Amino acid sequence: MARALITVPQDAKRGDVVEIRVLIAHPMETGFRVGADGRRVPRDILRRFTCRLDGEVVFAAELFPAVSANPYLAFPLRADRAGTLSFTWEGDGGFAQTETATLNVA
Amino acid sequence: MPMSLADRPDDPDLYRRGVLRAGGVLVALAVARPVLADANELKAAIAAYTGGRETKPGRVTIDVARLVDNGNAVPVTVRVESPMIAADHVRAIALFNERNPERDVARFALSERSGRAVVSTRIRLATSQQLVAIATMSDGTLWSGAVDVIVTLAACIEGEG
Repeated sequence: MARALITVPQDAKRGDVVEIRVLIAHPMETGFRVGADGRRVPRDILRRFTCRLDGEVVFAAELFPAVSANPYLAFPLRADRAGTLSFTWEGDGGFAQTETATLNVA
Repeated sequence: MPMSLADRPDDPDLYRRGVLRAGGVLVALAVARPVLADANELKAAIAAYTGGRETKPGRVTIDVARLVDNGNAVPVTVRVESPMIAADHVRAIALFNERNPERDVARFALSERSGRAVVSTRIRLATSQQLVAIATMSDGTLWSGAVDVIVTLAACIEGEG
């Protein structure tokens, strides 16, 4: 399991737009670099990120090798209701990881 | 072809020439790459994404340092002017670059539930180049924004990823 950092503001009022920030530990190997043995290091990137609120997709991203190692994403969400946010990363080599966080709405 | 000690020409001048020639080929390869990836390729990548539909300049802003000292992790924020209501919101934002090995950087899917059309991430930049963001609105119109950045330490070529 890769280490993931998820920041969800906990003091949102109903209707506020909050910024959700996520970061996951991943090398995002581009497939363009040459290793010490002179061979190309095979590509190993995260290709897809999805954020769902109680199962409904609220944000998604498609990532390419031009995204930095340890991909960081910050995106907005209107806090209409409280619920469980799930964050899924999928990538090369069958990488899949899901984390959850609670969205509280005052 | 690598030369072993055994098949070194006897004449030291000839050997030196061979080594110089091999070095010249390496330099040419290193220089050729960024030149090949030019603005036309960027236009083609954008056209493939938009399906050739008209893209109007405006409404999209790319926030990025104009002078980047480390291309391995460049913070970028893309903002789109939009009320983000059910009738009028941003559906997608795609970010492209001019001179990395691949034209795509990232694509984001938003909805009226986003409330605001702002997305931030960190990207790699291989060299000084142009960044272009395309926003797709809920009514199907396309808007674009572009910015030029200067990179002093490149990603992809040197250093860790």
